[in-house]
Amino acid sequence: MPINAGTKTSRSSSNRAKPRSAPVRPDAGASEMQRMTVESPETLLGYYSQMVLIRSFEQRAAEMYTRAKIGGYCHLNLGEEATVVGLMAALEPRDYLFTTYREHGYALCRGIDSGRVMAELFGKSTGVSGGWGGSMHLFDTEARLLGGYGIVGGQIPPATGAALAIAYRSEPGPDAEAVMCLMGDGTTNIGAFHESLNLASIWHLPIVYVVINNGLGMGTTVQAASGEPELYKRGCSYRIPGVRVDGDDVVAVRDAAREALESARVDRQPRLLEAVSARLRGHSVVDPARYRSAQDVERAQELDPVANLRSKLLGEGVMDPTMAADVEAEAEAEVARAVAFAEGSPLPPVSELFAHSYATPVPNCPGNLPGESPFGSSLASSIAGAGK
Amino acid sequence: MPGNEAGSAVTEMTYRQALHDTLRAEMLRDESVFLIGEEIGIFEGSYKITAGLLEEFGPRRVRDTPISEEGFVGAAIGAAMLGLRPVVELMTINFSLLAIDQIVNHAAKIHAMFGGQIAVPMVIRTPGGGGQQLGATHSQNIEVYYAHIPGLKVVAPSTPADAKGLLASAIRDSDPVLLVENLALYNTKGQVPEGEHLTEIGRAAVAREGSDVTVVAYSHTVGIALDVATRLQAEGISVEVVDLRSLRPLDRSTVCASVRKTTRAVVIEDDWLSYGVGAEVVATIQEGAFYSLDAPVRRVAAAEVPLPYSKSLESAALPDARDLVKVIRETLDATGFAASGDRCA
Ligand SMILES: Cc1ncc(C[n+]2csc(CCOP(=O)(O)OP(=O)(O)O)c2C)c(N)n1
Ligand SMILES: [Mg+2]
Repeated sequence: MPINAGTKTSRSSSNRAKPRSAPVRPDAGASEMQRMTVESPETLLGYYSQMVLIRSFEQRAAEMYTRAKIGGYCHLNLGEEATVVGLMAALEPRDYLFTTYREHGYALCRGIDSGRVMAELFGKSTGVSGGWGGSMHLFDTEARLLGGYGIVGGQIPPATGAALAIAYRSEPGPDAEAVMCLMGDGTTNIGAFHESLNLASIWHLPIVYVVINNGLGMGTTVQAASGEPELYKRGCSYRIPGVRVDGDDVVAVRDAAREALESARVDRQPRLLEAVSARLRGHSVVDPARYRSAQDVERAQELDPVANLRSKLLGEGVMDPTMAADVEAEAEAEVARAVAFAEGSPLPPVSELFAHSYATPVPNCPGNLPGESPFGSSLASSIAGAGK
Repeated sequence: MPGNEAGSAVTEMTYRQALHDTLRAEMLRDESVFLIGEEIGIFEGSYKITAGLLEEFGPRRVRDTPISEEGFVGAAIGAAMLGLRPVVELMTINFSLLAIDQIVNHAAKIHAMFGGQIAVPMVIRTPGGGGQQLGATHSQNIEVYYAHIPGLKVVAPSTPADAKGLLASAIRDSDPVLLVENLALYNTKGQVPEGEHLTEIGRAAVAREGSDVTVVAYSHTVGIALDVATRLQAEGISVEVVDLRSLRPLDRSTVCASVRKTTRAVVIEDDWLSYGVGAEVVATIQEGAFYSLDAPVRRVAAAEVPLPYSKSLESAALPDARDLVKVIRETLDATGFAASGDRCA
């Protein structure tokens, strides 16, 4: 199947003339305004509220990180809010989501309580993963968020296998389940991506691979790292149709994702969707991103999807300044509650260190702390200390 | 042993047949069990363990894959997360290295790292072992890489009965289990209990009782140890053989109980000596039976070279019965052991 055939979101023909330039968004132009006027004000306001919530959450997460409330690595969705909200608006509750370490916004949009997300960042027992995962490893069975994954590309084979399980158990159709597997631009260079797309293609799996192209993998640009920098084309070896969408246009992202998911569930045709967005800050909270030019940073700020949607909604009369202030105040209040919940939650007790060693318990696996006998406390006294 | 309700009825069969029959029985028992791997369908498996199963169960239950170890091992993880029970065949353990990220960073981590919210009930079956003149890349015993990893279970049956019992237990287990088979064992025969037969994961077996020295072995080397035990019996030396069966979790108490009885121990493994299974067993004995020991614990392991192709070099590099006999004698001599049984320690 030819790439881009019959897809309304891909308007990337102008990119082809400059194959190694920075990722270019398909030009939405007037059509975006037309689309926005057909969306109900409630829908648009809902998307905007979610984007503002993510923005507030991430800014507070950065602050909590610098105050050492959050440890380890902490990667933010700042600048990707429209992509996050658009994708999650398309994903049905029955669908499964596999994502990366840059994932707080997805967890929030899947309906997981922001307090439980913040508590996980704080390493508290009330966190979504009980304090075992941290920022990179959010998980919630009910929300069908089957993990953030910290190994680049590591989520792609299991996501493909989840789609295999769906195909194993159920028939295709509009009500079928599907899998959405997220990754960054840099991740399309890893072997697991290519092996998995091939498997999904030959096995006709209900999965949509989404590349969030923020232009950078840490400090490496897409153009520098990718033989084919138009990443949506990278499915062509596997006959997986690819589409590029403007990741700062929440409705365009939603529609493209819906269309791809529909194809996955009804036709069992895996899809590749590339959302072009920008990273507003460093790779993670601690990265000052000195490798970025002033123009690049300026451009990212100009494209800020939260600020831009705000002025559009104000301009269109969907929202007035009071409403805008209310949305922001509500988000701030929710995040403040999330921080308070995380602060007030207990750390997991050391007695739970071996609670998740195995799903099926086994003998001879007592669990010993550093300095303790591997025989476990009961055996230790009878064996290790016994003189001849 | 729990679940081991078989009567006394047994059938003699090969290790290969026991694996095949168990896969078939488990697929008949549970619709969520399916097989996935390279050449397991039309080709019937590189070592013919899955012969006839594609014909009987169809391509949905017996899924041939392209040569994409990372891809299909990872796909099995995802399928297991959604509640299926995939049984992966990796042609040989050597190729597991292409999938090691999925095995170590994903299968082993997902249950704990996500706070116990989800299980990964999958099995990876794969043969290891040298001695087949397959050269350096196709002859390794690298199960210890996986035995090192919390979150995984690693079992290595040495008999057709345990091949059946451990495979059935592994399939019904809700954790990722690596079942290490051995090229040299596929054609060996033994008595296999009929009907339901489960071998509990995490329990070693005393394969032969003895009183003078304990030989700890697993997989292919258990046969060597039993042969040596029979041979030395004629000289009045009584060898106890412990078959580890499970490398993770390791049954430390059975090993130490045996050594406390015999007071001497030798470990034999096909793996390389440094950082091997034997090293862990020796450390275990030192911690758990130090005051019972009459001699230093010795290891018999492969020479530390990439395994050569030529028969003369390959045979020299791999441990065999002669090496084991020599080390057992040295262990006994070290304490002035006399075959008559009087000990002058
Ligand atoms: C296998 C592996 N290699 C390297 C890393 C370190 N690393 C973490 S994120 C990252 C960049 C990934 O870039 P991209 O896929 O574009 O995602 P983004 O961070 O931009 O969202 C790298 C190299 C890793 N986590 N895993
Ligand atoms: Mg990136």
